Amino acid sequence: MDIFLQQLINGLTLGSIYGLIAIGYTMVFGIIGMVNFAHGDVFMLSAFIALIFFLILTTWLGISSIVLALLIVLVLSMILTSLWGWAIERIAYRPLRGSFRLAPLISAIGVSIFLSNFVQVAQGARNKPTAPMVRDVIVLYQSEAGYTVALSYKQIIIMLTTAVLLTIFWYLVQKTSLGRAQRACEQDRKMASLLGIDVDKTISLTFVIGAALASVAGTMYLLYYGVVSFADGFVPGVKAFTAAVLGGIGSLPGAVLGGLIIGLIETFWSAYFSIEYKDVAAFSILAIVLIFMPSGILGRPEVEKV
Amino acid sequence: MNAPSITTTSSQDTAVPSRFNLGAALKDSAITALITLGLSIPILSYKTEQNGSDLFLRSRWELVAVICVGVFVLRLLMHAFLATRAARQAVPGPHQATEPVHAEPSAFQHVSKFAIPMFLGVALAFPAIIYLIQGSLNESRYWVDLGILILTYVMLGWGLNIVVGLAGLLDLGYVAFYAVGAYSYALLSTTFGLSFWICLPLAGILASFWGMILGFPVLRLRGDYLAIVTLAFGEIIRLVLINWVDLTNGGAGISSIPRVTFFGVPFTSGDDGFAALFGFDFNNMHRIIFLYYLILVLALVTNFVTMRLRKLPVGRAWEALREDEIACRSLGINTTNTKLTAFAIGAMFGGFAGSFFAVRQGFVSPESFNFLESAIILAIVVLGGMGSQIGVAIAAIVLVAGPEMLRNLTFLKAVFGESFDPNEYRLLLFGAGMVAMMVWRPRGLISEREPSVVLKERKAISGSLVKEGHG
Amino acid sequence: MRWQQDPVLDVQHLTMRFGGLVAINDLSFKAGRGDITALIGPNGAGKTTVFNCITGFYKPTEGMVALKKTDGTQFFLERLPGHHINWKGKVARTFQNIRMFSGMTVLENLLVAQHNSLMIASGFTFLGVLGVGGYRAAEKKAIERAKYWLEKTRLIDRADDPAGDLPYGDQRRLEIARAMCTDPVLLCLDEPAAGLNPRESLELNELLLSIRKDHGTSILLIEHDMSVVMQISDHVVVLDYGTKISDGTPSEVRNDPRVIAAYLGVDDEEVAKVEAEIGA
Repeated sequence: MDIFLQQLINGLTLGSIYGLIAIGYTMVFGIIGMVNFAHGDVFMLSAFIALIFFLILTTWLGISSIVLALLIVLVLSMILTSLWGWAIERIAYRPLRGSFRLAPLISAIGVSIFLSNFVQVAQGARNKPTAPMVRDVIVLYQSEAGYTVALSYKQIIIMLTTAVLLTIFWYLVQKTSLGRAQRACEQDRKMASLLGIDVDKTISLTFVIGAALASVAGTMYLLYYGVVSFADGFVPGVKAFTAAVLGGIGSLPGAVLGGLIIGLIETFWSAYFSIEYKDVAAFSILAIVLIFMPSGILGRPEVEKV
Repeated sequence: MNAPSITTTSSQDTAVPSRFNLGAALKDSAITALITLGLSIPILSYKTEQNGSDLFLRSRWELVAVICVGVFVLRLLMHAFLATRAARQAVPGPHQATEPVHAEPSAFQHVSKFAIPMFLGVALAFPAIIYLIQGSLNESRYWVDLGILILTYVMLGWGLNIVVGLAGLLDLGYVAFYAVGAYSYALLSTTFGLSFWICLPLAGILASFWGMILGFPVLRLRGDYLAIVTLAFGEIIRLVLINWVDLTNGGAGISSIPRVTFFGVPFTSGDDGFAALFGFDFNNMHRIIFLYYLILVLALVTNFVTMRLRKLPVGRAWEALREDEIACRSLGINTTNTKLTAFAIGAMFGGFAGSFFAVRQGFVSPESFNFLESAIILAIVVLGGMGSQIGVAIAAIVLVAGPEMLRNLTFLKAVFGESFDPNEYRLLLFGAGMVAMMVWRPRGLISEREPSVVLKERKAISGSLVKEGHG
Repeated sequence: MRWQQDPVLDVQHLTMRFGGLVAINDLSFKAGRGDITALIGPNGAGKTTVFNCITGFYKPTEGMVALKKTDGTQFFLERLPGHHINWKGKVARTFQNIRMFSGMTVLENLLVAQHNSLMIASGFTFLGVLGVGGYRAAEKKAIERAKYWLEKTRLIDRADDPAGDLPYGDQRRLEIARAMCTDPVLLCLDEPAAGLNPRESLELNELLLSIRKDHGTSILLIEHDMSVVMQISDHVVVLDYGTKISDGTPSEVRNDPRVIAAYLGVDDEEVAKVEAEIGA
């Protein structure tokens, strides 16, 4: 029971991070029907950006308030990662729009390889550990055997940040004209453009939002694990994509739900089964979901038109 | 990406200036440089370095400045180039019509009828040519090794071409079958002492068996979903190879795999060795050259079988499946079996290539079968022009030999200092190259399709008509 | 009333639901052997859904679709796996939105249609790869058959052109030729005249009549072009909202007030217009 509760907390934290990344996948897939393979690497890149800014703020500028530092890091990282998201779409995907269907996927794989190696060349191949930023924990429960269930401050920060940003983002896509344009483009891009929606701008904005949320995830990942390496994009990327598919690709609440489920499965699997096979479990879930319920939990089933 | 092309690209693409407008070009180049600056912060401008357990930062603004100036100049040159080209040709820019629907294929996309005999001739004479150039067997080692590497990828490309190019099934986990082949030979030879010549067909059979096992559940999937599931399968197989230590020795891999023999005659210096038997002086290069011809034969067999299959009903059914699955079903084609045979046959060639890999290296570990390998093989197929055999061969040469050439650019050390290692940039450039090639030629080098049967007159089919498959 | 005495296709109590939507509701009709049967009805009446049930693209929720051959054997199409409907059941179809193998030549399209017999001739690929067995002869025969249909549909000059390069009307004919290459007992055509000009429409009529006359193939067609329906069909089945509202010879059907009402709503002007069109 103690382990269960602790893993539940850990799983939800991890799940929020996956959910944030998953939104980027789901939105891009929704609007242009491609798997943005490089999204996981954008996430990794953003973690590096956050790491560097964090170091600048704490060691060079001497900001001692962690919350203030985190807030600044978050904002800067969101802005700069968004720029990356925009540039990637502009360079690697836009020229291929409406072309051969495989081309954007190959291009995305190219971007993914480029990004991870770019970071490797620019920042070195070794893991980058940081000193723990937030150490305090709240002990929720202590069993007689001495096992504690703890909720750390950083877990609270992660879950709160995720919740707040998701609310803002939700408002953005549901209530504003940007969101309407986005949904229109999802339905029929040609018609949307005929009705005067700037399709290019809408797609660019989708990438920008996706990258911004990935950068939140990257910052939270850094805060949570305190270490990042250039190769950290691939596996979380795949897991987040699994989350997006599990939730029903194209559905935003689905992405978050899927993220939470994947986070929980991963932590429970590691706790109760084998930690070596935790990635195998993630990949298996991905395969099983895609094969048996390709429309996910909250997605709309696709009917084959003859 | 099923929606029809919408050419609402931004102004700088659609409005190709008829005359070089310096002001606009300067402004655009400045903006590009500024964006580059934004992208460089902080990932390039500060390098995290480790000192004990602490990280500290080192500024590299001079590097960022060089890069931004470089981007500015390049962009300006590009504008100048595009402007002069536009003035010369007075044709629409490349982005205006990404796909000319009925345009004649450009000279590039035609396969010259001399190309194939020439390629074959060079491939057959390659070790001799290298020997003549280098002057001795030992010095030609590097080049023959490179030849083997290229041919391995040519073979893998041809194998995957069956699945992706002909049947239109996007497979991102092809490396799994390569791994199955390699581990089949490694395990069968080290545990049961079976020779390479017995293991080779066994590896092919095992790989095609796995092709069917993995192919079966994904039959219903289409497009990107299929790609992701096959990727997942590829990763699962790699992770199992890492974690199932009892069988595979885990990440440490399997070493001292028996070397290849000349149909039973070992390449050793002893009396019963190849050199003694044929009256040569012993040289390790005999084995390498034998390996070269072995992979050449394997690759040519792959090619021959594929060409044969294309003219058989099963091959036509693959291509029909790529064009329209629903129409196939209405014509009584068992799409399940057709897809499975494509997976199985493609996987079989992957398995052959894998056991060749194992016998060549004498060592296998899961590291050799990561996702990057799958991506490289897929990139070879797509860049080659899906379905085109010669295109795949050219793409393999470009993508494998190209990065390899980077190693030789030692003069760059003189420019960038001693610590500069061009090899570090291999994958970086590979990734960027993949993007550039897709933007430049989304349908690959040779997009034309050769009809498999002709009534009166052979006409090549423009790539724009050929579909890329749903799954 | 051939469709009552010697039906080639017997559809009974066919119902197809998609979730809550009832696309076809308890539909029963027969198509006579050697007849040209037209399935008509307003847009959204469920005609294509009926086709999809007959040709195995949908599994009907309820009901039976039986195909009777001249030798007395019958196939329950709703129970056959999709590809067997063409190969065993000998039912071929065309599509409302033409489905060509557009990157393959016209001739290749017709060879793909003979896949199953060629597959057997190539020893399920094994013998074919080795170059033994009678595949070469079988392929020659298949090409001859393809040539026959290309001549019949006047496409022989385009045999080596990619199918995607053909103009619309030619693609329609190619699709029929491709379906006929599978040697069907029943040919189902989904709006074969859609998008054709009047001259092409007339040619289509002749082609369909000659298919029936020379090959004894029964034809089931969905059509909106009343000139095609009324001129060549022997039997008309009218659907509306998934149910059959009329069934009979063309002249019976065109005078059926329910058909007129269903087709036209109850707007008098439109009734008059269509009555003029169908020559009632």
